[in-house]
Amino acid sequence: MRAVKILERILATIPIVFGVAIVVFFFIRLTPGDPVDIMMGQGGAISEGEMDRLRQEFHLDEPLHVQLWLFLKDAVRGDLGYSYVLKRPVTLLIAERLPATIELALGGLILSLVVAMPIGIFSAVRQNSSLDRLSMAGAFLGISMPAFWLGIILILLFSVRLKLLPVQGRLSFDANLQEITGFFVLDSLLTGNRVALLSSLKHLVLPSITLGAPVAAVIARVLRSSMLETLRSDYVTLARSKGAPEWSVVLKHALRNALIPTVTVVGLQVGILLGGNMIVETVFSWPGLGSMVVSAIFDRDFPLIQGSVMIYAFTFVMANLIVDVLYTYLNPKISL
Amino acid sequence: MDIAPGALSPLARQQYLWRIRLGLIRRNSAEFLRELRKHPVALLSGVVIVVYILAAIFAEQITVHDPGRGNLRLRLDPPAWQAEGNWEYPLGTDAQGRDLLTRIIFGARVSLAVGLISVGISVVVGLVLGALAGYFRGRLDSLVSRFADLLLAFPFLIFAIGVMAFLGPGFTNLILALTFKGWVEFYRLVRGEMLSEKTQEYVEAARVTGQSHLAIIAQEILPNIINSVFVLATLRIGYMIIMEASLSFLGLGIPPRIPAWGSMVSAGRDYMLVAWWVSTFPGLAIVILVLAINLFGEGLRDILDPRLKIDG
Repeated sequence: MRAVKILERILATIPIVFGVAIVVFFFIRLTPGDPVDIMMGQGGAISEGEMDRLRQEFHLDEPLHVQLWLFLKDAVRGDLGYSYVLKRPVTLLIAERLPATIELALGGLILSLVVAMPIGIFSAVRQNSSLDRLSMAGAFLGISMPAFWLGIILILLFSVRLKLLPVQGRLSFDANLQEITGFFVLDSLLTGNRVALLSSLKHLVLPSITLGAPVAAVIARVLRSSMLETLRSDYVTLARSKGAPEWSVVLKHALRNALIPTVTVVGLQVGILLGGNMIVETVFSWPGLGSMVVSAIFDRDFPLIQGSVMIYAFTFVMANLIVDVLYTYLNPKISL
Repeated sequence: MDIAPGALSPLARQQYLWRIRLGLIRRNSAEFLRELRKHPVALLSGVVIVVYILAAIFAEQITVHDPGRGNLRLRLDPPAWQAEGNWEYPLGTDAQGRDLLTRIIFGARVSLAVGLISVGISVVVGLVLGALAGYFRGRLDSLVSRFADLLLAFPFLIFAIGVMAFLGPGFTNLILALTFKGWVEFYRLVRGEMLSEKTQEYVEAARVTGQSHLAIIAQEILPNIINSVFVLATLRIGYMIIMEASLSFLGLGIPPRIPAWGSMVSAGRDYMLVAWWVSTFPGLAIVILVLAINLFGEGLRDILDPRLKIDG
């Protein structure tokens, strides 16, 4: 039964994925003017015949629905077009940059969970204590702070003033790391390179904090409020009256059920992690997908922008799919 | 049996109803202000917001420097309390020798205008579509709901960056990019509330007395759900301000000649090692305003819509 539900949920994702591709296809139509002109940077150094040839090559002479069909057909085969500026296939460029972005996103997510979970639990257990008030004030600050500013303040404090952590990049120059997966922390572990491990972890700290802060704020708030609810429920009272130790009441009985709404929220926060990604990568010159898109925007490299936006949206859709599936396992009562 | 307003002529009936409504509004606002006094944090936040709005409106009157023209001899002057500081430029100057405080005050215009206009349009679009879709269901509902689901598949900032990348920077484009997806939240809220309110007895009663569908939506149901829309709108203003600042930070929002907080922070990055204040203060202006809006919104929620409260 559960398998059927999960399958249904996966199938429901397919039209969304196609819809996303269609929306992205129409992005280029937002730009006023002829796409070939835009592609050529309105330089005018190209002959009319050449323009026509380009138009044919990119199928711009076909009717719109044919263009859309060709775009979707290529996308399904993993062909997202060709970067005008970097002169390489978009799929390849994205694949090269993706490990750095995923590493950073995981850093942000792990950090936010490590910080938010104990805060959420403790704030609920000691409701209205000064720690509770302080952490909830912190959570409010977390959602009210723009990521780019937090990043700059952290750099000013920890890199410029205290000189504790690096300002930018993923690795220091002296760490000779042999790349295997593109995930630097993993690669340093695989090759047993201690210098690189320390350096890559140090480089991860500030960007992860910047990316994870708003996520941590939301998770802590939701976990706290759902913990407050479960702590007052009958089964928790029952567990207590049966003489279960307090830590087991909190962590086993209350937390398990409080995690259900929290997981959904974590899924939605993936959107913040992805959106914040472009900002954080720009602030810390992190060589991932986000910083590539930002430079692509200034180069007016439209296929690269289109392809990357599509990948971001797909990742978001997939993350929510995973969360929904996880949800059925956490809460057998609820169907998808 | 006939109730009093039904016995009157249509015009008199409307007048009668409006008198009741105005009375309710007056009583409710008095009650609201009394309630607000019980929430000191929300009240203080409200005051902060009003200060920002007044500063934005009267920016020309309260500043002495030109936000666009600088004095290159005074470039990167530190804030007044630092050794080389100067009280004529309380928060220091930027790389072009322009007064930071003046530019921050003028920058409030962009942030507040973008926040208010983008949320305003989003509310109107979401409210109208949500009310119609939730009340009438049918083709319109499935069509708009599918489109809304589709937009939800994009993380907000990614979508806005994508749209701005193709539209190009500018105030109108910015509003367009933010509202293109911004209405969805309001649509979902209003549609959901419509679906549940529709089955209530008072709606049934209104239908029996022969009111038209549109009158039922506008006069019977909307007054019951407008509070939650108002709370959501307040919270979304803070969010939109961060969105605008983020886009301007990336160079995709407001053109650089107009002072906007996001682009000011971005410009300060190049001088981070020598002049910390250039990036710090405009960012602080964002944090204080958005924090105030969020705290005010949270207070509003407690007062107007306790059902939505998430803290136990």
